[in-house]
Amino acid sequence: MNESKIILKKSLGEWFNMMTAGGYRVVGPVGQDGQIDFEPVTSPDAVRFDHVQTNNSGKWVMFPRYEAMMRFRLSGKEVQAGEIPPQAPPTVLFGAHPCDAASLATLNAVFTWDSSDAYFEPKLANTTIIGLSCTKGDSYCFCTSVGGGPGDTRGSDVLLTPLDGEKFLAEILTEKGKSVVGLAPQLFSAADGTSKEAALAKIPARFNHRDVTAKLPSLFPKEDVWKEQSLRCLGCGACAYVCPTCSCFDIQDERDRYTGVRIRCWDSCGFGLFTLHASNHNPRHKQSERWRQRVMHKFSYQPERLNVLGCVGCGRCSRSCPVDMNLGEHVAALAEIKV
Amino acid sequence: MNELQQTAKDLLEKNAVAVVIGYGMGSEPSLRRAVFVRKPDQAPQLIFDESCRQNLAFYVLKPEVKALGKAAVVARTPTLRTLLQLATENQITDESVVALPVGNGSVQPLTNFAAIEQYLANVPRGFTAQEQQELAAIKSKTLADRWAFWKSELSRCIKCYACRAACPMCYCSKCIVEVNQPQWVPVPSDMLGNLEWNVIRAMHLAGRCISCGSCADACPAHIRIDLLNQLLATEAMQQFGAEPGLSVRKDYALATFKPTDKEEFIR
Amino acid sequence: MAEFEPKVVAFVCNWCTYAGADLTGTSRMKYATNVRMIRLPCTGRIDFMLLLQAFGHGADGIIVSGCHPGDCHYSAGNFHARRRWMLFRELLDFAGIDLRRVHFSWVSAAEGAKWAELVNDVVNQVRALGPYDEFPKRLNRQSLEQLCSVEVGR
Ligand code: SF4
Ligand code: SF4
Ligand code: SF4
Ligand code: SF4
Ligand code: FES
Repeated sequence: MNESKIILKKSLGEWFNMMTAGGYRVVGPVGQDGQIDFEPVTSPDAVRFDHVQTNNSGKWVMFPRYEAMMRFRLSGKEVQAGEIPPQAPPTVLFGAHPCDAASLATLNAVFTWDSSDAYFEPKLANTTIIGLSCTKGDSYCFCTSVGGGPGDTRGSDVLLTPLDGEKFLAEILTEKGKSVVGLAPQLFSAADGTSKEAALAKIPARFNHRDVTAKLPSLFPKEDVWKEQSLRCLGCGACAYVCPTCSCFDIQDERDRYTGVRIRCWDSCGFGLFTLHASNHNPRHKQSERWRQRVMHKFSYQPERLNVLGCVGCGRCSRSCPVDMNLGEHVAALAEIKV
Repeated sequence: MNELQQTAKDLLEKNAVAVVIGYGMGSEPSLRRAVFVRKPDQAPQLIFDESCRQNLAFYVLKPEVKALGKAAVVARTPTLRTLLQLATENQITDESVVALPVGNGSVQPLTNFAAIEQYLANVPRGFTAQEQQELAAIKSKTLADRWAFWKSELSRCIKCYACRAACPMCYCSKCIVEVNQPQWVPVPSDMLGNLEWNVIRAMHLAGRCISCGSCADACPAHIRIDLLNQLLATEAMQQFGAEPGLSVRKDYALATFKPTDKEEFIR
Repeated sequence: MAEFEPKVVAFVCNWCTYAGADLTGTSRMKYATNVRMIRLPCTGRIDFMLLLQAFGHGADGIIVSGCHPGDCHYSAGNFHARRRWMLFRELLDFAGIDLRRVHFSWVSAAEGAKWAELVNDVVNQVRALGPYDEFPKRLNRQSLEQLCSVEVGR
């Protein structure tokens, strides 16, 4: 596999048409500077190619903000329950940067860990990722510190790299990628060994994630470290909700007396009530303990148990944090601590 | 060292406070972030300029910060008003916090509520012309356009509650959105859930919001939720004379009433 | 198609308006049957969230009514409520919610005729406005198709 081709920017419109005609919902980064998000699109004209990163990740395609799973009705002493089948429309996630494409491995590891998640899996199976290499980054990006990079192909089915304003190098990486390219093969020409390297952004590495993962268990008991780092944290859900790999959810019933819908919706370990027990005991009573959980989960527990990092270095959490908690900076600081 | 830094250093040296909550450099040259200065020689970290916007009064209530000991807080006008409003609502006691007023000449520590009241008496208040204009621009839209505007704004809400977390007046240890027996606010971040959440947030702050803008600054979706608060602040001011945070002795506008309150909308 | 019959939810206090509505009935006065009454102790207890809940559960119009000023069973509940309504109305209007669907009134235990008139008038106004479809409904009020739409959860 792993075939490289060239596609002209002006041909993207036709490719989009073919994808739409082929029954795909195309989702891509759209919006104004400062508020760019993944939304359904019909034409590449609306799509942004020049942004560093979207505000929200595209994870909603596989893991929506909320999702109805079941509905029920009480009549007399009877309870009637009906499942709401998972919705998995064939979707092309267009223009996901390499960090976002890499995040699918983390989500997938969580949602298929001990049993397969009936709502996540079909969506992932029906999603094709047309990635977009990064030609620029900002000070929040740290993909290269967590095993990724601005031209990383992991997770993408096709990876586009802008070579100049006019054309893209298209690396066709998987069967799914072949299928979407196969919708309009005439738009793709031979690449003749063109390399993408020169076009890629330069993202300096800030820490070595293997060292961090190795060191974290011994940092766990150092309360002062976590307290100091989290003093200004507000305990909101912004960092987790914009994060492409955060996968925590809550299950709730939207109901009145007789009818109800069971949904799952995003949740965040930053919230004070996240681990509150019915007894009123909270194992993570302090914000510092919740911050530690966030870092440990991403850089220690997930690599150890699922063999995948819980962070792809997209920097969204830090761009969105109201109080400038900078994850890259904090992890780099942890890496510096002598234990 | 400038006056702010010197004042902070003196307070720490004299052990008058254990921590100075202020602004320091953030991760980008344009960004400022809260810093918690506990040693006199760290005082030079403190800065103050136009980019320092967060309402630091929030930290006066944060348990982890409280645990550090008595605090001095670098305070813009809204922060000073927040302190008085928190006092009015019995959340902080007199002389438990030192305010370091900035942005208006000298940084004289204000060590009690009376001193803050006095200071605020001479500070201009009310909304700026630009803020009033933004509000008027929405009011002048048609009903359908207002609905469309908020529908589009609120569709971006992801219910992260950063607005609530950033607001120093949102201090309830259990917010109504977390009450689920019975459930008041729909949990999903759909249009209804987002509308109800933002309406309830605005209403619970009506007459109490001191218009610091921290909620809108915190919103990762850049929703203009501050306009909801501004509308209610303006109404509460015009109809009930509510000016929260100017005096510790004033009644909360919605906990009191006048028999003559306007009622032409009631038949 | 049959003419649209609006659903109007009335939040009333126990001591005046509920008794007033009772009088309407015992006096055998006829009025629109579109109204569902919810009796609460006092207008001071009618949280503004209840109004939004009513719309979210499918109401097309709302009536809120209690004792005249000075007559509240708990002396001042209606005075407090009045202040909240003043602000709440401004907020609803600002948000683009049609105030012609939300009505406030004082109806005493002796005003059976006023209650009938009020309900008839509100029902007629709301009927003219049509169903409040643009107000979003709670998930448990939505059809399977709506719950399964690809827009859900974006
Ligand atoms: S933790 Fe932050 S940098 Fe890492 S993947 Fe999540 S949002 Fe991106
Ligand atoms: S790190 Fe920032 S975004 Fe995350 S919970 Fe704390 S304040 Fe909110
Ligand atoms: S509602 Fe917003 S503007 Fe008002 S006090 Fe809270 S954070 Fe400040
Ligand atoms: S901060 Fe913004 S996105 Fe988050 S809950 Fe508040 S309004 Fe919604
Ligand atoms: S009891 Fe009727 S309004 Fe208070």
